[in-house]
Amino acid sequence: MTAALYLLVYACALVLLTGCLIRAVAYARMPLHLRWELYPVPHEEPERARHGGSYFEAPDWWTRPFRFHLLGELKVMLPEMLFLKALWEFNRPLWRVSFPFHFGLYLLIATGGLVGLTALAVLWIPERLADAHLLALHYLYTATGLVGAALALLGAAGLLVRRLRDRALRIYTAPGDLFNLACFLAAVALLGAGYLTRGPGDPETLELARGLLAFDLSLRPNWLQASGLALCALLAAYIPWTHMSHFIAKYFTYHSIRWDDLPQAQAREIRHKIAQYLAYRPTWSAPHVMADGRRTWADIALSNPARQEVKQ
Amino acid sequence: MKEIKLNDLARTDGAALIHLENQDLMPLPAPLDSPEKDHNWTPLSEQVREKYECILDDTCAVNIPRPKSPEEEQELVRKFLTGLDKLFTVHNNWTFLQPLVLTMEHCARCQTCSEACHIFEASGRNELYRPTFRSEVLRRLYFKYVKRGGWLSAWQHGDIQLNWPLIARLIELAYRCNLCRRCAQTCPIGADNGLVAHELRKLFSQEMGIAPKELHDAGSMLQLKVGSSTGMNPTVVKDNIEFIDEDMSEKTGLEIHTPWDVEGADVLLIHNAGEILAWPENPGAFAVIFTAAGVSWTMSSELAAYDSINYGLWYDDAQFARVAVKHAEAARKLGVKKIVLGECGHAHKALSVVADRVLTGDLNIPRESALTFLWEIIRSGRLKLDPSRNDFPVTLHDPCNVVRLMGVVEPQREILRRIAPKFREMEPHGVDNYCCGGGSGFAIMSGNNFPDWRFHVSGRKKLQQILNAFADSLDPSVPKYLCAPCSNCKGQFRDMLAYYDLWEKHRILYGGLVELIVNAMTDVKPGFIEWEWH
Repeated sequence: MTAALYLLVYACALVLLTGCLIRAVAYARMPLHLRWELYPVPHEEPERARHGGSYFEAPDWWTRPFRFHLLGELKVMLPEMLFLKALWEFNRPLWRVSFPFHFGLYLLIATGGLVGLTALAVLWIPERLADAHLLALHYLYTATGLVGAALALLGAAGLLVRRLRDRALRIYTAPGDLFNLACFLAAVALLGAGYLTRGPGDPETLELARGLLAFDLSLRPNWLQASGLALCALLAAYIPWTHMSHFIAKYFTYHSIRWDDLPQAQAREIRHKIAQYLAYRPTWSAPHVMADGRRTWADIALSNPARQEVKQ
Repeated sequence: MKEIKLNDLARTDGAALIHLENQDLMPLPAPLDSPEKDHNWTPLSEQVREKYECILDDTCAVNIPRPKSPEEEQELVRKFLTGLDKLFTVHNNWTFLQPLVLTMEHCARCQTCSEACHIFEASGRNELYRPTFRSEVLRRLYFKYVKRGGWLSAWQHGDIQLNWPLIARLIELAYRCNLCRRCAQTCPIGADNGLVAHELRKLFSQEMGIAPKELHDAGSMLQLKVGSSTGMNPTVVKDNIEFIDEDMSEKTGLEIHTPWDVEGADVLLIHNAGEILAWPENPGAFAVIFTAAGVSWTMSSELAAYDSINYGLWYDDAQFARVAVKHAEAARKLGVKKIVLGECGHAHKALSVVADRVLTGDLNIPRESALTFLWEIIRSGRLKLDPSRNDFPVTLHDPCNVVRLMGVVEPQREILRRIAPKFREMEPHGVDNYCCGGGSGFAIMSGNNFPDWRFHVSGRKKLQQILNAFADSLDPSVPKYLCAPCSNCKGQFRDMLAYYDLWEKHRILYGGLVELIVNAMTDVKPGFIEWEWH
């Protein structure tokens, strides 16, 4: 059973990474769209970003260098990623359940990272690890794990209740949405129960991590530990194939759309891409578009259906 | 009436899904705080209901003829599905594919956007107008027909029934959104429900040839045929401008002469040609300011180049690209240093922002907002101004296309702070503003009883803001000025203020920014702003 559990975890990790990569690459390879930014754009000059202004506020803006203020973006991105600032600002009731859920997951991910690193240290550099270090790390990941699990459970339960009770959410909710939340609840509950009910002969969290990394088949996790770990792994593998992979989408919706204000004049690669796109041959059927599958977008833009002027 | 669900869109009973009463709507402040005293909506005529697919709500914007047979219905459904596929292909829709797919695949349906939508709020939170309603319908169709999802996909994303009534209602529903994208601004994930309405309109226009006649036949097609959606050809527009010049010369005491087709001028000024006919004092004021400031400028009499409108922005990429190219070609021909866009919001965004990735090579001529250009003129001290000439309450409407969608926020405020001592903001304002309710073409769409919907629903939030901004001075003895530097918005205000008698009863006048500037210029005769309804 232990070997099957390890293999499942590794397989799920692989599926998770592959799924994320496939999705990210698919979005990244989509053509550059027409500009569709929304202000405020936080990488603008700070004095403009404050009121949501753009370089269009500067006279003869094209004669000035295009400046990108990374700090401005970070000031918006970090609170958004860590604390779901947009939800706090615009949908406070939902934030009260969504924030604990997401922050709980962050803490659980951090716990996984800490336990994994500690296990690697135990395997590779045991001589450099003092007991005090291990103890401190133990307290740290135990705290993040317990708090994370509690927050994630609370949040997932709250989201589930809201999805079921709030009509505005309910009529847009598919069975899959409820299933997803139920999966989170079950996975975290099982993981937590496995940890809290472990007996004297059951492996500790660090031992499990070490065993997983070293493929140590001598460990015998109890069924709660095993099922919690298995369900978490399966859930992680499932996420990239659903809308829950919005952590990937969000990079593109913010950086490639909402904040993409790069003017063509400032970027040669944009010019090359547009030249390529204008050579595409659309097949829209309405007569005024004049797309016959042979004409390119450039031909269409230079044609005039109102005067029957056709550019071939 | 029972609250509607997504699948109600496919109902075959031929009846409208909702009906709104004045009592259902968001309350307005005084003096419009009594729903009983509000106008009753004009009902759609039986003739219209028989002839067209008016089965969504109390109004009808697109006038889609009813199919004559089940076969015709089937053919329309087939066309819709073909168009739906095309909407998600690179060669047909490279222009917006990435944002559309991301919105389709990642909306969490958390309804955060609903609270930001003025139409949803003003309608009394009617489910049909929730920004996610139409998006969720498209999303389910996307997973079912584009991604070819089976039962597992339906379980994961939700199912939807597709038939002609659903498509007919979706066509109308695509025209119940102002495309102001306030919803997108609040989305934690970055999904864009405004874009969904835009893309639906494109599908219907580019594949099925369905669009409101005001936008297509009498809009972009007329502009491409004669040069302007107003119907003015170059001869007529020159005549009209000459008349305006004469009027301005007389009114201001300055010699005003609008230059046409001047090669090598610094600035090509393009107005929304609607100004020339409906608000001639606006292009006139521009001419006064440019003349007084010594600007080297010209207008162009090339096809479409004397009318900055670009209705394609709202419904059709091909029409959009054609008009943008015409504008740029005119500027290239004259060899100007830059194009300055007059007071027209959608023209700002169309040519400055969206067309930036359409205009290639020497067509990518610099474009500048008139608001920025005017502020630079004023800041440079080239105009002598006396703010006491504007000693009346002034509030500023922010056109969505200029602020939230382009980031021009402060220049107009800097000007107002300089010339209007009683300037007060609406709340919220700037990039958080609310649409006037006429955005995305609604201001020029007046078929059937659509104006009733525009004033009661889409314009209601702005009306509330206007009344709040002037709450301390509603007395008709105090003239008040609603500054709206956008033709489309002014069209909405003209109609909406008249509908509610706000000029007659409370002396709320609307107008552009340049009129206020000229009104404050000490080199011209006082009283440029005539406190008369127009």
